[in-house]
Amino acid sequence: MNVIEAAGLGKRYGSTWALRECTLAIPDGHVAALVGPNGAGKTTLLNLAVGLATPTAGTVSVLGGTRPGSPAALDGIAFVAQDAPLHANLSVADTLHLTRNLNRRFDQGYARARLDELGIPLTRKAGKLSGGQQAQLALTLALGRRPRLLVLDEPMASLDPLARHDFMATAMTAMADDGVSVVLSSHVLTELERVADYLVLMSRGSVQVAGEVDDLLASHRVLTGPAAEAGRYAERLAVVHARRGGAQAHLLVRTNGSTDPVPPGWEAHPVSLEELALAYLREPGAASLPGPVRAERTEVSP
Amino acid sequence: MTALTLPAQPGHEASPRPVPWRRMAWITWRQHRLAVAGVVAVLGAVSVYLYITGEQLRHQGFISYGAGPVLSITAVLFQAIPPLIGAFVGAPVLARELETGTFRFTWTQGFGRARWTVATLAPLALAVTIAAAAFGLVFSWSYGPQIIGNPVLSPLAATTFDLHEVTLAGWTLVAFAIGSVAGIAIRRVVPAMFATLVAWSGLAVLTGAFLRRHYQAPLVTSNFTLPDGAWIESQRWAQDGHPVSLSAVDQVLQKIGATVAAPGHLGQLPAAGSQSAAGSQSAPAPGPGSVNPAQYLLHHGITQLTTYQPASRLWPFQWIEGGWLLALSLLLMAAAVWLVLRRAA
Repeated sequence: MNVIEAAGLGKRYGSTWALRECTLAIPDGHVAALVGPNGAGKTTLLNLAVGLATPTAGTVSVLGGTRPGSPAALDGIAFVAQDAPLHANLSVADTLHLTRNLNRRFDQGYARARLDELGIPLTRKAGKLSGGQQAQLALTLALGRRPRLLVLDEPMASLDPLARHDFMATAMTAMADDGVSVVLSSHVLTELERVADYLVLMSRGSVQVAGEVDDLLASHRVLTGPAAEAGRYAERLAVVHARRGGAQAHLLVRTNGSTDPVPPGWEAHPVSLEELALAYLREPGAASLPGPVRAERTEVSP
Repeated sequence: MTALTLPAQPGHEASPRPVPWRRMAWITWRQHRLAVAGVVAVLGAVSVYLYITGEQLRHQGFISYGAGPVLSITAVLFQAIPPLIGAFVGAPVLARELETGTFRFTWTQGFGRARWTVATLAPLALAVTIAAAAFGLVFSWSYGPQIIGNPVLSPLAATTFDLHEVTLAGWTLVAFAIGSVAGIAIRRVVPAMFATLVAWSGLAVLTGAFLRRHYQAPLVTSNFTLPDGAWIESQRWAQDGHPVSLSAVDQVLQKIGATVAAPGHLGQLPAAGSQSAAGSQSAPAPGPGSVNPAQYLLHHGITQLTTYQPASRLWPFQWIEGGWLLALSLLLMAAAVWLVLRRAA
């Protein structure tokens, strides 16, 4: 089952396309990270998936073919928007009560125990909580609904490193213990390596790369060798990004497997997720090359 | 970091049972109780004042129509009730959710955004309508004796017509509905409040000036004396059944040294029939001052035709206005729900 599936999806605000020709399928059972610079269309894609926006072009479905915003989709998806908007004038207890009343299921006991553990007082107004506490409260409300899919838009943007760690630990626990699929957007790359096992790279309103992190790491490597020879290899290899440092050239290349021979005089290194993401983000045109995007597309259509 | 785990996943259905409507009752109350309480408090306080005034009027034993100016001033103040309710209760309902971004939370819960909108707007609309109707009842009771049967003030005049229970409820409901549409369309609380005040005032002025007189076909009379409380729409002069201009009438009148300032002027003179019919007919123009101008004009075949709505139409007009205001309000609130569904984040 795909938790989010899009085909030719586009969204235009006025005359600007926030998202264009987006085709992807995020399978369930993953923590999928949507990565890209500001304005890449991450929030737009998530808004379309949770039913807050409707597509201008193409189609999007969630939870295995359900229409976003339909009762079944609303029931199964919990969404925490950027900056975790909550009614500032309601107390934490009222916010819990509100969420319980707005949903078919709400695990009040779990939510209270978690807030207790986090040291968030029930009597405090939501607007008086710190940014980290507000994010944690929003996450607690979302998890208390026992969703099948948890969608988080820039959950870490407003959090300090410790709060980030705690926040992601909670999401990971939910994922590991209960099989909740997670889709999150972020432009914080460093945190992702630890949490994400599925990566969607976006830039300028379209999807550049999508795939399981392990597959992506296995199909990319960095070749280091004499800069003078770099140009020659660049033609033969699928170079995503080339970086020159003195006499040395570092080519981040896509391989068809580890069997590809390493040219003499060159060294091959595995890539980190951060390196991989940065390489693609620096080369927005790289998506036009044959590679993960195309492969993903063939996977989508059965 | 947390040892807590979620309980086992419950069954997820393809088409889940909707969350019951009644669950929204607490939420709507919790979020808007201050606004509702404010409306009830203000209207309640003014009602007490109206009750005391009404009691005094009744103990007085007679009715003084000289209270007209006081009546007008307080009535004008009461006219502000619907637009203020529209601006302070109606406009923020949706605008605040959009302005603070909490709609991203509210509209992605299991209840569903269209149902959420209905479950928020409907009880609030009902509450402010009932409050306004109750206030209107007190107003009708308190001011009724001064309005009904008042020879100078028509109960159909804009001063007090829309303050009775039916119309006040209708105008309050439509103000709330305008506020809700303005809120979702403008997405900012304060601009939506201003837009509500402007739109409501425009509708109220247009209704009073142009629409209300057409609820029923008006009556026409050639009597100079109109029934008490008649709401005059227009007056014109006619000679032998044909319309004549004011200047033509003036020329006739100049012969006896009188003038017509404006249509309706003669209506305030003593009734034509009270003069001795024989005296004026036998001597057409004996001199200025000795002839009743109205009688003189009648003698020349000139009549004043008055188009008016009789005071007895107060309640039919109340229900006609209340009816279309209710229909308009329902349309506006349906539009608000539609806009919520269309609203892209």
